[in-house]
Amino acid sequence: MTFVIELLVSFFLVVGAFFAMAGSIGSFRLPDFFSRLHGPTKSTTLGVGAMAIASAIYFSFHGEGISFHEVLITLFLFITAPVSAHFLAKAALHQRLHENKAALPPESEKETGPHV
Amino acid sequence: MLSIAIPVAFALLTAAQLLNLYRLLKGPTLLDRILALDTMYIDAIAMFILMGVYFHSAVYFEAALIIAVMGFIGTVATSKFLMRGDILE
Amino acid sequence: MPTYRKSPIPGNRWLPHPLMTLVLVIIWLFLVNTITFGHLLLGTLLGIAIPWFTNRFWPERPKIAKPFLLFRFFFITFVTDVIVANITVVRLFLQPDISRLRPRFIEIPLDTQDPMVITILASVISLTPGTVSAEVTEDRQTLIVHGLDVADEALAVQTIKTRYEAPLKEIFSC
Repeated sequence: MTFVIELLVSFFLVVGAFFAMAGSIGSFRLPDFFSRLHGPTKSTTLGVGAMAIASAIYFSFHGEGISFHEVLITLFLFITAPVSAHFLAKAALHQRLHENKAALPPESEKETGPHV
Repeated sequence: MLSIAIPVAFALLTAAQLLNLYRLLKGPTLLDRILALDTMYIDAIAMFILMGVYFHSAVYFEAALIIAVMGFIGTVATSKFLMRGDILE
Repeated sequence: MPTYRKSPIPGNRWLPHPLMTLVLVIIWLFLVNTITFGHLLLGTLLGIAIPWFTNRFWPERPKIAKPFLLFRFFFITFVTDVIVANITVVRLFLQPDISRLRPRFIEIPLDTQDPMVITILASVISLTPGTVSAEVTEDRQTLIVHGLDVADEALAVQTIKTRYEAPLKEIFSC
């Protein structure tokens, strides 16, 4: 394995881990639930994405043939992360989980019906 | 280079998991705990990918994919249960 | 309910969703991580069987009017914005004074009532700078979005409408 490849893999691994940790720091520090919701939807998806890229590069140059199946994890997370965030936000709105009543949207006061 | 990067990445991810664990234990609401668990799933996927590179084994990929699928279903099922008191309608 | 016109690639009774078949074959090849004739055959078999068995869940086919614009939207606008979003959010998370954030809900009036477009728009908003979509009102007129640090509400609404909703409406021609 050449030095450039190793540098690339190392870079993506550390960047990915850093983004994952930043998301967790967000959920540790932020005061209310809706702000905490921003952590896992953004930082962790790109964090895992960068690690998957690192893994794909590593196995492509260090194994048997090209390896791209890590892309599937990234793809899957990019599809599911907004969905689970939306579900959590919806559940929170339904439970009136508001520490800051002034930020309430008027729509959440009425019943929003059975559609999901 | 890789021998430095992998321990650094492991340390960062472990710190992330500990912060998530704090949020999981502290709450204050049930939804905060679900969110913390969801973040822990995603960080666990990152850890599995890292282990795959560290041990040079493709087996960890399948474990990571299964965690991704199960974590998503778990989050959706629990938040839907909180929303309606029922998972299937 | 909006009515979908036929997709550019015609499907029939045995191949109800041609694009889905193609995507399933590609995903199967990714999953087994090799490209051999046997796996191509097995993937094609699965790609034909799965849409056929799940046909009742997908009654309509979305019409992609501009495939080129779709590629440009997802590979340039979307990817750049995801990276920018992550850097923005990380900077907000790591700033020394966390109480300076101005989190609030913003309401985005929707121009389209197409469920497919609303779904994609909500997902894209969740993955891009500082916003998570929280709720669609029942009449599909308004999307409620939570912003992490909103300085100007009108500007945020304007950005989302021109940057994401307009291209999506054009792509799916509705």
